[in-house]
Amino acid sequence: MAESFDVIVIGGGPGGYVCAIRCAQLGMKTAVVERENLGGICLNWGCIPTKALLRSSEIWHLMHRLEEFGMSAKDLSFDIAKIVERSRKVAGQLSSGVKGLMKKHKITVIDGEAKLSGKGTISVAKNGATIEYAGKNIVLATGARARTFPNLQPDGNLVWTYRDAMVPKEFPKSLLVIGSGAIGIEFASFYRTLGSDVTVVEVLDRVLPVEDEEISAFAAKQFTKQGMKLRIGTNVEKLEKGANSVTATLKTKDGKTEQLTVDRVIIAVGIVGNVENLGLEAAGIKIDRSHVVVNQWCETGVAGVYAIGDLVGAPWLAHKAMHEGVIVAERIAGVKGVHPLDTSKVPGCTYCWPQVASVGMTEAKAKETGRKIKVGKFPFIGNGKAIALGEVDGFVKTVFDAETGELLGAHMIGAEVTELIQGYTIGRTLEATEAEFAATIFPHPTLSEMMHEAVLAADGKVLHI
Amino acid sequence: MSTQILMPALSPTMEEGKLAKWHVKEGDAVKSGQILAEIETDKATMEFEAIDEGRIGKILVPEGAEGVKVNAPIAILLEEGETAGAAPSSNTSTNAPPTKPAEINAAMQQLRDAIGVTPEAPAPAPPPAAPKAAPAAAPAPHATTNGSGGRLFASPLAKRIAQQSGVDIANVNGSGPRGRIVKADIEAAARGGPMKAAAPAAAKSAAPAPGAQPNASGMGVTPLPDARLFYKQGEYEEVPNDSMRKAIARRLTSAKTLIPHYYLTIDCDMNALMDARAKLNARSPKGPGSYKLSVNDFLLKAAGMALVRNPDVNASWTETAILRHAHADIGVAVAIEGGLITPIVFRAEEKGLIEISNEVRSLAERAKTKKLKPQEYEGGSLSISNLGMFGIKNFTAVINPPQSAIMAVGVGEDRAVVRDGKIVVANVMTVTLSCDHRVIDGATGARFLQTFKDFVEEPASMLL
Repeated sequence: MAESFDVIVIGGGPGGYVCAIRCAQLGMKTAVVERENLGGICLNWGCIPTKALLRSSEIWHLMHRLEEFGMSAKDLSFDIAKIVERSRKVAGQLSSGVKGLMKKHKITVIDGEAKLSGKGTISVAKNGATIEYAGKNIVLATGARARTFPNLQPDGNLVWTYRDAMVPKEFPKSLLVIGSGAIGIEFASFYRTLGSDVTVVEVLDRVLPVEDEEISAFAAKQFTKQGMKLRIGTNVEKLEKGANSVTATLKTKDGKTEQLTVDRVIIAVGIVGNVENLGLEAAGIKIDRSHVVVNQWCETGVAGVYAIGDLVGAPWLAHKAMHEGVIVAERIAGVKGVHPLDTSKVPGCTYCWPQVASVGMTEAKAKETGRKIKVGKFPFIGNGKAIALGEVDGFVKTVFDAETGELLGAHMIGAEVTELIQGYTIGRTLEATEAEFAATIFPHPTLSEMMHEAVLAADGKVLHI
Repeated sequence: MSTQILMPALSPTMEEGKLAKWHVKEGDAVKSGQILAEIETDKATMEFEAIDEGRIGKILVPEGAEGVKVNAPIAILLEEGETAGAAPSSNTSTNAPPTKPAEINAAMQQLRDAIGVTPEAPAPAPPPAAPKAAPAAAPAPHATTNGSGGRLFASPLAKRIAQQSGVDIANVNGSGPRGRIVKADIEAAARGGPMKAAAPAAAKSAAPAPGAQPNASGMGVTPLPDARLFYKQGEYEEVPNDSMRKAIARRLTSAKTLIPHYYLTIDCDMNALMDARAKLNARSPKGPGSYKLSVNDFLLKAAGMALVRNPDVNASWTETAILRHAHADIGVAVAIEGGLITPIVFRAEEKGLIEISNEVRSLAERAKTKKLKPQEYEGGSLSISNLGMFGIKNFTAVINPPQSAIMAVGVGEDRAVVRDGKIVVANVMTVTLSCDHRVIDGATGARFLQTFKDFVEEPASMLL
């Protein structure tokens, strides 16, 4: 008879392994099926290794500003192989950390590729053999992968996805990044800072198109200042591969074409859910544009089968997947007071230079809702700590409902803002109004003071500009 | 049969108190209203009265005991002829039959729950069998306690939206961590969602289910079904209720349901007032300092003078006392886009006509641009609503709490009246006063209206 579990999680990424831990904490017999590495894309090929890479490029950037800080050095150089090696080491350390967590919580890790095989059963294939397992509850957390188009096909050599871009064998002198979302811009930033001639193509009318318009505009200005070339409202018609280069044909909205020859191309035009070979159709689970359709409780409509994370759609963020994993675990266990995910409380962070972080509605979105809003802004140049750090480019922006004082959205660009956004996120979760933010004492001197000032600014009470 | 006397909640936030002094001893006969004990809270010492007659069978909590929890039995009251042995032991307290005030309170709570309205200044519902509990002298503008006196947790945003939409937060169920009330709960309550029920039956009747049963208390209040049920979709346009519309709906439903209104109508001869007005307006300088007095300005002045002469009318109701106001603060109903608001001319009795006129104009302008401060429209004891400019002859208005009267003013028009046995033409205006009977009895209201009429018919007498 097949081994049976209270919960089987398919996929050991951040959504899956967190869900499994929470299930185990709640006393359920839990298994995780993973076909590759525990930790999923996030730990192995996404969030974490890119942060390691970007740390290297940040240090490189600072090394070129040594004189500003009263220092000097000669013969600066970097070794891309060693930068990549460090990034892989960081990923490896964390992946084995997840393994340890599974062991600690007595979660069975099943190696192989899983598929729904019947009511409450899955089959796991590994090296040609198949083993059946029974699960009272099954959580699909198989994640997503890079989206490609017929004219934009990665080859792992000249045309890269994020995965190839993370482990370059040699440093490209010139690079074309297709797509200016978080993934595209982070790689563009990394390669540009290390000296590559980077061009970013974005089909929409601005970079970082999900961010507030003012953030996009400020980012575009900074990127351009850094020497990044931005092609906005532009499509890539075709890619022609040479021996060690690619020639791209770009076409603007108004029909102008441009040819561009680069060493490498990164395709970052969104992602598609990993819905294949899971037995979803046979189980009667609905799929819409490569994502599993679920309700607010991540239920697929098939009793006992849930889906979470990138597999079910935007925002494609690890912390969103983790949160859904916890919701599902607690729903299965019958924990009281569980709430569905509110995407307006999911912060987003982009680790380009300067960093971008936001939560909630953009100013334009808030206006669209028809409510009266008030907006506050505060620039890095007005903050003592920012000046001391030598990081004066950036600003913090708040959007409040003028009537209720609800913080509808917060948008930040500049150094370390990805570490700051949680303050506003906590505020939103606690339903603080501008009055509570204003009454909060922020430590001096910190960058966080700008968060206070941006709230005060919304009421015309800003202190330092 | 015997009843338990329970530790009263003397304020909405009181959880426990000190039994400072017993005024009775075991075996004493007590009458309703007699002071039984003094209870000390962190804020004040209050006297605690008996509601029922009987004899003190047993004192359960000795004098000087501190930290006595609200609702804990403190003594046993026996009916005449009963012996102490018949008194129930303290652990049966929850089975004690509710006394009359408690029943009334529970019924009121059910009524409020059923119709989804809340009183303007919520008095804490006394627990069953608790003697009449005095609410705090000044209830907090937004409740932070629940009915039983415990602290109530709500997010800052929830509190603010509750205040703006007129939802009594004390009646809302919290869905956040540990029952914390969050924005979504207030929004659901504002939409008429489920409110905290005083009794299980009330929750049932609060749901707008077709054929809802009258609740157990026999109040028989059935909520009105959603109007959408009666119309074809597409045959109407939905205009969402903004916060002002919701506030008007809740306040006026509360006012009309919870305040016992009655109405007095009187005709005023306007000839003298119209003459005086014409003469005074003719004296207005050109340019700076110019004025144009309206009929309403005279009515405000007359009402202010009449209120001072009739202090019983210049008053507001609370559960423990009637508040007699020192000055005549008079609200003026102003129609604004999407609703109405009633800014207040404070100390109308002291002000001259020009001052009143300028003030009303300024208030009305700022009301229309929504620039009024809360202190400019909160309070007052009487409002004037004038629909004469629309040719309305007579109407009745809904009292604007915490005020206790509202004057509905119709058009001043030439009418045929009988004077000295002859039919003559006179400029006549009909005024209808809505009164809160809890504060103003019929004769009291009538005397006020007569004083008002005298001032209007002989404006010069306001100078006396």
